Amino acid sequence: METPQTSKADILAGDNADDREAAPAALAADSTSRRAVLKHRRGSRWMHWINFPLLTIMIWSGLRIYWADRQGQIGIGIGAWHWFDLFPDSVNDALGLERRLARGLAFHLTFGWLFAINGALYALYTLFTKEWRNLVPRKGWLRDSIGVVLHDLYLRKNAPEHEGSYNAAQRLTYSIILVSGLFSLLTGFAIYKPTQLSLLTSAFGGYEAARLIHFWITIGFMAFFVIHILQVARAGFGNFWSMVTGYQLEPRGGSATSLANLSDEPVDPDQALDSDPTTKEVSHV
Amino acid sequence: MSDSSKPDSSKSFADTEFITEEQFKGRSRRSFLLGGAASLAGFAGWRWVQGQPTDNRIPQVLRDGHEFNEELWSKLFREDHLAPTYPKSESSILRVNGRHGIRNEIDMSVWRLRVLGPDGEEWGTHTLDDILALERNEMTIEHKCIEGWSQITTWGGALFSDFAALYDVKQDDFTYVSLRTPTRDQYVDRDEDDRDYYVSVDTPSMFHAQTLLAYDMLGGRLDQAHGAPLRLATPLKYGIKHIKGIGSIQFTDELPDDYWGERGYSWYAHL
Repeated sequence: METPQTSKADILAGDNADDREAAPAALAADSTSRRAVLKHRRGSRWMHWINFPLLTIMIWSGLRIYWADRQGQIGIGIGAWHWFDLFPDSVNDALGLERRLARGLAFHLTFGWLFAINGALYALYTLFTKEWRNLVPRKGWLRDSIGVVLHDLYLRKNAPEHEGSYNAAQRLTYSIILVSGLFSLLTGFAIYKPTQLSLLTSAFGGYEAARLIHFWITIGFMAFFVIHILQVARAGFGNFWSMVTGYQLEPRGGSATSLANLSDEPVDPDQALDSDPTTKEVSHV
Repeated sequence: MSDSSKPDSSKSFADTEFITEEQFKGRSRRSFLLGGAASLAGFAGWRWVQGQPTDNRIPQVLRDGHEFNEELWSKLFREDHLAPTYPKSESSILRVNGRHGIRNEIDMSVWRLRVLGPDGEEWGTHTLDDILALERNEMTIEHKCIEGWSQITTWGGALFSDFAALYDVKQDDFTYVSLRTPTRDQYVDRDEDDRDYYVSVDTPSMFHAQTLLAYDMLGGRLDQAHGAPLRLATPLKYGIKHIKGIGSIQFTDELPDDYWGERGYSWYAHL
């Protein structure tokens, strides 16, 4: 077990010089001036924004491929009760998917490499900078995640305290999304080359099973996107802008959580509830 | 929150975590300009892809993507790797999806399978009996359509490699095999709307141990809709390559025509 100090230093070890060269002396001298706190590292920011159009292209071209076999649309319902097909014609028409299978495949199988490369670089980056510590769920993740959700739904007054950039629900969600990205890639290859990569395809339970997993992961991405946008809108511009600049201004008279506050010990949630309410300016994105 | 949230110059790592409001404003301006430029560059890149001249009906850069993939996966091709096979009990009569070249009945009294050399010279002709005389192979495989559906079915027929052996042709002798539907005079009342169908396949795939000149499905002789009298069947390729009603087979080193390859799909269409 490392001490909190060394772990913090390790976390920051891989960061860029630009982020390191700030001058804290000025901060200490002028107590009325606000600080801005590092929330997202440079690599995370770039790869997040590069991933956004890539994943959009992958989903859009993927829907063209899915749409090609209209007899094989996945229906939603229970037993004999058929509710609707994914997706209703109005959705497909709005996206202009019809009869563009060849283009869908061409985009999907070319841009898929860019998506894979960006994802692989991000995985290496989180390992190299130890950013993964800021992302993986921590002790008490289930209780705290539920607490965050209850707070976001206005069913609980205070959000559970957290360290680093992300609260427990964010850590859980982002981790699931990243693992989903890996699995969408793996099931994608299993569908793409079911003969050459037959071992991979059978590991997912066969061609049809791999297709189904690939499809539902995509639905998961779309659901995540909707919630993500709502939460970003809720958290305000300062939070959104920190994904561009890397930094978020602290609220006046308070302090914001930062990557720097990451220790190996989770915060005691009971103690956190009793602490200064100004420290609860946390964003749930 | 612990004390570590306060700036502490004694901990050098803490320096990276906080910047002044002034610094933040400068950074904010730079980020706005850089982010804006990056967004514009991304949008311009997207327009560039969309505006590319097309190569066989898709933007050139995406055709290059297909060719990159073809290069990669043909290098990873292993002759001795077999596609999974299934119990015959799981197989069923294949869904009929495409009708190009098979709208009209082939006139079996005049149909001959023609074999052509690289310059189009005729090497020989065959009746179906010649193919039936070769060793019959049966395989139960999962057929996959490029549109997404799949179905397990059982094919019976001659290995293409056995057929090629009649002409002493080996896998490395040629790069491609071109297969086409019969000439118009070999149909019964050929409908003018019916199109010729033609595919070309790399020789390593054609000479694979699971590539058949198929004449039966689930033990029953093929009907017109499924490609009588002879069709291609292989788990290495999407159904678009499984030409029905073969009229001619040509060995060549020059990339031959390919019906769907010309219509925006990957020529390789490999599984």
